[in-house]
Amino acid sequence: MEERDSYLKEERAQQWREDLRKKIKNKERTQQVRVKMNEVDANERIKSYVEVNAGLNVEQAQAEASRCIDCANPTCISGCPVEINIPKFIKRIEQGEFLEAAKTLKETSTLPAVCGRVCPQEKQCEAKCFYTQKLKQDPVAIGYLERFAADYERESGQISVPEVKEKNNIKVACIGSGPAGLTFAGEMAKRGYDVTVFEALHEIGGVLKYGIPEFRLPNNIVDVEINALKKMGVEFETNFIVGKTATIEDLKEEGFQAFFAGSGAGLPRFMGIPGENYIGILSSNEYLTRINLMHAAEQDTDTPVVSGKNVMVIGGGNTAMDSVRTAKRLGADRAMIVYRRSMDEMPARVEEIHHAQEEGIEFMTLTNPIEYLANDKGRVNRVVVQKMELGEPDASGRRRPMPIEGSEETIEVETVVVSVGVSPNPIVPDSLPDLKTTKWGTIAVNEENLQSSIPEMFAGGDIVRGGATVILAMGDGRNAAQSMDQYLKNE
Amino acid sequence: MYKVVDKTFFSENVVKIDVEAPRIAKARRAGHFVMVKIGEKGERFPLTIAGADRDKGIITLVVQTVGVSSRKLAALEVGDSITDLVGPLGQATHIENKGTILACGGGVGVAPLLPIVEAYKKAGNRVITVIAARNKDLIILEEQMKAFSDELIIMTDDGSYGQKGLVTEGMEAAIAKEDISEAMIIGPAVMMKFASLTTQKHNIPTLASLNTIMVDGTGMCGACRITVGGKTKFVCVDGPEFDAHQVDFDEMLLRLNGYKEIEKAAESNYLKENNKNCQA
Ligand SMILES: Cc1cc2nc3c(=O)[nH]c(=O)nc-3n(C[C@H](O)[C@H](O)[C@H](O)COP(=O)(O)OP(=O)(O)OC[C@H]3O[C@@H](n4cnc5c(N)ncnc54)[C@H](O)[C@@H]3O)c2cc1C
Ligand SMILES: Cc1cc2nc3c(=O)[nH]c(=O)nc-3n(C[C@H](O)[C@H](O)[C@H](O)COP(=O)(O)OP(=O)(O)OC[C@H]3O[C@@H](n4cnc5c(N)ncnc54)[C@H](O)[C@@H]3O)c2cc1C
Ligand code: SF4
Ligand code: SF4
Ligand code: FES
Repeated sequence: MEERDSYLKEERAQQWREDLRKKIKNKERTQQVRVKMNEVDANERIKSYVEVNAGLNVEQAQAEASRCIDCANPTCISGCPVEINIPKFIKRIEQGEFLEAAKTLKETSTLPAVCGRVCPQEKQCEAKCFYTQKLKQDPVAIGYLERFAADYERESGQISVPEVKEKNNIKVACIGSGPAGLTFAGEMAKRGYDVTVFEALHEIGGVLKYGIPEFRLPNNIVDVEINALKKMGVEFETNFIVGKTATIEDLKEEGFQAFFAGSGAGLPRFMGIPGENYIGILSSNEYLTRINLMHAAEQDTDTPVVSGKNVMVIGGGNTAMDSVRTAKRLGADRAMIVYRRSMDEMPARVEEIHHAQEEGIEFMTLTNPIEYLANDKGRVNRVVVQKMELGEPDASGRRRPMPIEGSEETIEVETVVVSVGVSPNPIVPDSLPDLKTTKWGTIAVNEENLQSSIPEMFAGGDIVRGGATVILAMGDGRNAAQSMDQYLKNE
Repeated sequence: MYKVVDKTFFSENVVKIDVEAPRIAKARRAGHFVMVKIGEKGERFPLTIAGADRDKGIITLVVQTVGVSSRKLAALEVGDSITDLVGPLGQATHIENKGTILACGGGVGVAPLLPIVEAYKKAGNRVITVIAARNKDLIILEEQMKAFSDELIIMTDDGSYGQKGLVTEGMEAAIAKEDISEAMIIGPAVMMKFASLTTQKHNIPTLASLNTIMVDGTGMCGACRITVGGKTKFVCVDGPEFDAHQVDFDEMLLRLNGYKEIEKAAESNYLKENNKNCQA
């Protein structure tokens, strides 16, 4: 911690930063208004999978960067799970050294172009910004700027590949290729380890590929980051389920000395209400997988998808927003969110809710489905919903929704997407009887170093946290790499 | 890539394919399946591992052509490769010496039944196998089944081979003669429904191996879900075998038709395209 602080101080004391700070008065800096993201018009974008946010241009980015006052005590960094040196990269943007800005991001983050797009910044770095905390003004648009620098680097074709230490010939395995696994792999490769990432699906990227849609996170952006890892010597084996295709024991025999489980929370939950298994009722995982991983909406692919004119999505998280906006793009006239609490409690990113509203998504809050009805072919055609009211706060601190008797209503639908949460993927824990898990089925780890009850096995991301975020998964990957390195050195 | 090293037609619509997949060959047990994907744009679909040669690192698949994906697989030649192949998936069959086993396969269910029959036999059971199809041409794996069965009963709907009648009639005949300890049924959902009712009548514990629609095959999507004993189960991770008497086959029958119209259209397109190519 102290080491990190003094490093930040040293960096801040560099001449170029001093000069920049002097260039514009803080008072002037704080009088500027926050930049607005350029967006594709709502009516236009729902006709395709084009990315909604178009990014900032150079002028916008530099103007926004000049708002940051390069605080002596940059509280923003404490809001970032991978501790990006935020003022440094922002000042590089102000200075016009965009490639240097990108390099700064990569000092600690493996996937800056991804986080700049999907981090719930308003709850993380931007919530801790001086502007939010002290000035009660809109925070510096850290996320937009991060995306700007990462995109600039990618488009320049001059991508910097992090330096890799001399190979130490120690083999380590990473289970799963989501953000936790990719970050872990990058950090271990930097330290000179031979890293192999095993992925169950035929594509690398975890939720970044099969879950989050193109209109929020284009696949090619994830691929660029994966290619950078390949250049660093990380090996990938797809179609490989650790615990099934080979066990941890088998891998040990092949020379792997330590393991990182980043296997995610891939198991969809259903509500267990009558009629839930009718045709036309899908989990959001199935719906999004068919579209994002299997490209079912493209004419020339073999995977089918059914999506009607009236689509109801149950839930209020990012997954629900992604599903309902996908339904709109697949041609729904009425794409509805049914959420049992109110707008204020919705866990989705604020920007996604806002974009969904622009796209004409209907929000039925304080509403819950209680039964599905079907035609004679077993295909869902109606949903019975019930109104809710908020009662006393529950264990999560949110007010508990309670049904209002007699408020039932029937709504016509052709498709229902159930997006009420996921459980940890049980394949790894099931294959290791000695591995301690929690009552929620997540892998139990030492919070400090992410070591599991099996000393050579570390774990992080959604398999430890349940459904969380990309950046927390990445933070875990980074932390686990550091701990595993320590562990292997002490062996 | 997973190379096709051997290919044999059992009938016009049923083909056996040997594929290089050393890890799967080593790890698999009877009852396991794989997910297969052919080409970049292909869909993922499940196939039972019909057999394996650990030393050669080869697994055997037996596929009946019913739609686009099964046809694409059947069209691969020796030397071609399957783009993606992952497994072994599902819970393996719990094989032990139980006494006398009645193994029933209908239509394409005969292929996945073979490794189970083999495993039961090797565990010391007496195995009576009933295989059924619409007509003689659709009877597959007769020789292979015979090799591991103490008795083999063949039923055809039209009487063109074996005995005339449905699979259930063959089952009744076997049950009348022998004391059956356990039954295993695999086939189209309708066949399993009636086969299950038959053994229920006689109080014979019965397992059914369910062939629902799947997308990932690893428990991630829920496309394969069905109701067993009033609870929702995922066939790919909880199954594919379940207590047949607890399975809601009517629900399963409906769910299997979820994409029927789209798939029929895709198949006729595929056939049209490929005939065009043949003529060209
Ligand atoms: C639709 C959707 C939208 C989201 N939107 C956001 C957002 O906007 N912002 C945000 O911060 N978070 C978002 N999230 C949450 C975020 O994506 C997850 O928290 C994050 O991806 C977790 O990362 P992970 O690496 O732990 O696991 P995952 O990304 O789930 O990756 C795990 C990988 O491991 C593989 N795997 C599992 N078991 C095995 C095994 N035994 N062997 C080999 N491989 C295995 C899986 O196939 C998968 O590819 C969203 C999630 C979803 C589903
Ligand atoms: C665990 C498991 C193991 C299986 N093992 C084998 C095997 O060893 N050999 C084999 O040939 N098949 C097997 N199947 C079935 C096989 O997966 C399907 O036949 C295949 O996916 C069909 O794909 P398609 O694109 O060719 O046909 P589609 O276009 O998907 O379907 C064509 C027609 O077949 C019907 N159909 C589709 N899937 C099924 C199904 N699962 N059961 C009954 N009818 C169906 C459809 O309703 C449609 O009318 C198995 C299925 C499961 C779940
Ligand atoms: S990675 Fe996320 S939390 Fe960290 S600085 Fe970037 S947007 Fe903020
Ligand atoms: S807290 Fe805000 S203003 Fe201060 S350094 Fe961080 S981003 Fe800049
Ligand atoms: S096939 Fe997706 S959960 Fe079973």
